[in-house]
Amino acid sequence: MKDIAVLGIESSCDETAAAVVLNGREVKSNIIYSQIDIHKLYGGVVPEIASRKHIEKINYVIKEALREAEMTLEDIDAIAVTYGPGLVGALLVGVGAAKAISYAADIPLVGVNHIEGHISANYIENESLVPPFMCLVASGGHSHIVKVTDYGKYEIIGRTRDDAAGEAFDKVARALGLGYPGGPKVDALAKEGNPDAIKFPRAVVEGAPYDFSFSGLKSAVLNYLNGCAMKKTEVNRADVAASFQQAVIDVLTEHTIQAAIDNNCKQVALAGGVAANSSLREALQNVCERKGLEFFRPSNIFCTDNAAMIAVAGYHEFMNGVRSGLDLNAVPNLPIGARV
Amino acid sequence: MKILGVDSSGMTASAALVQDGVLAGEYTINHKKTHSQTLLPMISEMMKMVETDIHSVDAIAVAAGPGSFTGLRIGAATVKGLGFAIDKPVVPVPTLEGLAFNMWGSEDFVCPIMDARRNQVYTGLYVLKDAPETVIAQKASDIHDLISEINDYGKPVTFLGDGVPVFKEIILKELSVPCRFAPAHLNLQRAASVALLGEIYYNQGKAISADEFAPFYLRKSQAEREREEMQREGKL
Repeated sequence: MKDIAVLGIESSCDETAAAVVLNGREVKSNIIYSQIDIHKLYGGVVPEIASRKHIEKINYVIKEALREAEMTLEDIDAIAVTYGPGLVGALLVGVGAAKAISYAADIPLVGVNHIEGHISANYIENESLVPPFMCLVASGGHSHIVKVTDYGKYEIIGRTRDDAAGEAFDKVARALGLGYPGGPKVDALAKEGNPDAIKFPRAVVEGAPYDFSFSGLKSAVLNYLNGCAMKKTEVNRADVAASFQQAVIDVLTEHTIQAAIDNNCKQVALAGGVAANSSLREALQNVCERKGLEFFRPSNIFCTDNAAMIAVAGYHEFMNGVRSGLDLNAVPNLPIGARV
Repeated sequence: MKILGVDSSGMTASAALVQDGVLAGEYTINHKKTHSQTLLPMISEMMKMVETDIHSVDAIAVAAGPGSFTGLRIGAATVKGLGFAIDKPVVPVPTLEGLAFNMWGSEDFVCPIMDARRNQVYTGLYVLKDAPETVIAQKASDIHDLISEINDYGKPVTFLGDGVPVFKEIILKELSVPCRFAPAHLNLQRAASVALLGEIYYNQGKAISADEFAPFYLRKSQAEREREEMQREGKL
């Protein structure tokens, strides 16, 4: 059978990325231009600056992805582009460029959901991962438990009611004076602390056993820090980081494992930027082993925002017959599993 | 020589094809629907109607700014993708020069104004000979400051652009020179003007690669302005 080459394009937040993937697994190139150093100055991603940077870099990352894959547009069977969720101005750059190339080079276009891309990143290195499986998606903007019922078919089992896990990490990192982005910094500091030092709450959402709520936890951490400041007692920042992180990990892990067991899934996968968190990875892996479940995760390079994962998700959409028109628009709040 | 013109700097989305000095097609929509949904389908439809393969285009002229940040970027992403796919250059045309070119042949000063919110306009002042000659280069300006500058020149002026309905009253009240306002068919961005002006600039060697093209916004992002403000005040 002829190889299917998909060019993936991603610009939903602060990474401008392009990649070429063969047959939904073999990554021929994976080019990422990260803007993180610019946004660090502002303590978070500034949408207008992100959009401007995407415009400056978009053609270069696409060309580099093709060059590294030793291909030209003529070798490409489909273009997959993130059209949501994400920052609307940022998404529009990738969508606009992808549509124009699709039109001018007469290559089929497939709009891809960014979160479904994160989930699909698991296919790249894990050939034994086959739907149905349960996936925990955790990133700066998202915390979901998703059942992947088939390639390109998703069912949301649990979601956050307020903050995303990554958001809680960023806010706690700021309160601890660790800077942005918070995830890796909290993770590093937590390694020096005692996760049982401070008892932070594990929220349960009534009637929704797989849902999350992190705003109470975040407030508890801020209250604890304020309380210490008022009493003028010294704060052990490492203990705070470790105890906070443990509270997040406990909830994410328990709900995911319970969802897998209740839905008869033997395989559990982790996806999204927070999947790069070493403690979460280890915790989920350990529980999976104890419960006889198989655990999968992408390498760190495929956990951060990248276009290889978009090409992989796009490949399955393409094979399912999905095509997007030249009027494809950015959808900033695109839900998982929706086909707009 | 074939030039594709594109303008999505304001509410109007417009595409045009100029072929050896002949306007083969122009497609303009002034409607609230987002450019992301209209611009490329319009280009595609127009090219189909004029039976022209996009690959035969020699250069793509685009309204390069100022304008709506998002509108400019949709145009930019589109022409960058097209330019890359057909391996042809992009000719950046300053938005206000493109607008002024609508008024070719005018004896007056031509003053395009685009609503830039907060009582500001994106504007410039031009004399129309072959191409617009710049009297005041395009900039963001307070409408009152602009009017007093025009008063100082003391010459009749024609206004056009989407800022006209917003600022007409103020202009009529404060302007001391004779003025006119362009009729609807000349008032808004037209890709034909961008394409024709683009051809002139192309022949002057002003085309650049699609890869390096980026819009000029004339304004920094709010976050950058606030940060600079804090730096000036020594708070950072």
